[in-house]
Amino acid sequence: MAHDHKHGDPLPETVLRVKSLESLLVEKGLVETEALDALIDRYENKVGPKNGAKVVARAWNDPDYKRRLLADSTAAIAEFGFTGAQGEEMVAVENTDNVHNVVVCTLCSCYPWPVLGLPPVWYKSPPYRSRVVREPREVLKEFGTELPNSTEVRVWDSTAETRYLVIPKRPEGTDGLSEEELAELVSRDSMIGVTEALSPNSAEGD
Amino acid sequence: MTPDMLALDPTLESIDIPRDEEGPVFEEPWQAQAFALTVKLNEAGQFTWSEWAEIFGAEIATATSKGEGCGNNAYYLCWLAALEKIVSHKNLLTVEQLAGRKEEWRYASEHTEHGQPIELK
Repeated sequence: MAHDHKHGDPLPETVLRVKSLESLLVEKGLVETEALDALIDRYENKVGPKNGAKVVARAWNDPDYKRRLLADSTAAIAEFGFTGAQGEEMVAVENTDNVHNVVVCTLCSCYPWPVLGLPPVWYKSPPYRSRVVREPREVLKEFGTELPNSTEVRVWDSTAETRYLVIPKRPEGTDGLSEEELAELVSRDSMIGVTEALSPNSAEGD
Repeated sequence: MTPDMLALDPTLESIDIPRDEEGPVFEEPWQAQAFALTVKLNEAGQFTWSEWAEIFGAEIATATSKGEGCGNNAYYLCWLAALEKIVSHKNLLTVEQLAGRKEEWRYASEHTEHGQPIELK
């Protein structure tokens, strides 16, 4: 029998709300506990920007792959096995000497999960989401990225249907590096477009 | 939401863009659970991701207009509120079911000895 005197403080309100959703949805057979745990493990431990770095490094090293990536990004990314939720329609955009691309989701936080994992806190923040559209050069400067005035800045607004991945410029001094070595230079932020790829010298210092 | 609409929002002028290193994906277990429930319901075809983004985006817009913070916690509070709305809109669960179950969990958590698993009786 449950006894009726209180033993402790109730759980926090948010925890109670989530436990209510989960227990009811499991009872109705709409979700399974094991599948929820597996999904959380996947996003905490397996999916992340290292996936995207492999894609970018191959695009730098293999012109045929880059052509495929720019022509049909979702299919070219799937060659690595990087598929799944929020990766149904991905578009890779390439930085050049003339064009710098940067990605945002002005509505919420749409993001290419299979190649970058879940978005960083700043990507989800209202100031980034509004300001990068209005004053992208200022925002890029705050991330330490100064671009010449001659470089056009293009801001891409991700949606629930289309998610963008930036292919940063291949850094100078990287001739002869292997794909694995190149991938070390491809940071998460460079694939969102707020920074450039690391140079081989600065990456070694990390 | 168009860039023009965003440009009119003065509350954002004074907020710095938060920074983070590549830290933990979720700060608390409930955030991960709310996230996973949403993705699984979407994968099961209970709603499209566009439907989700619309409801979730509206929650974020409301929170933003109230000047609520922009860290992970505020983000997942919007996520949780949107999840409660979409399961009700899609007739998966009723508001009454959720409210009733929450009180059962609250009672159970208040009447469980420390160190014991909290279970519904």
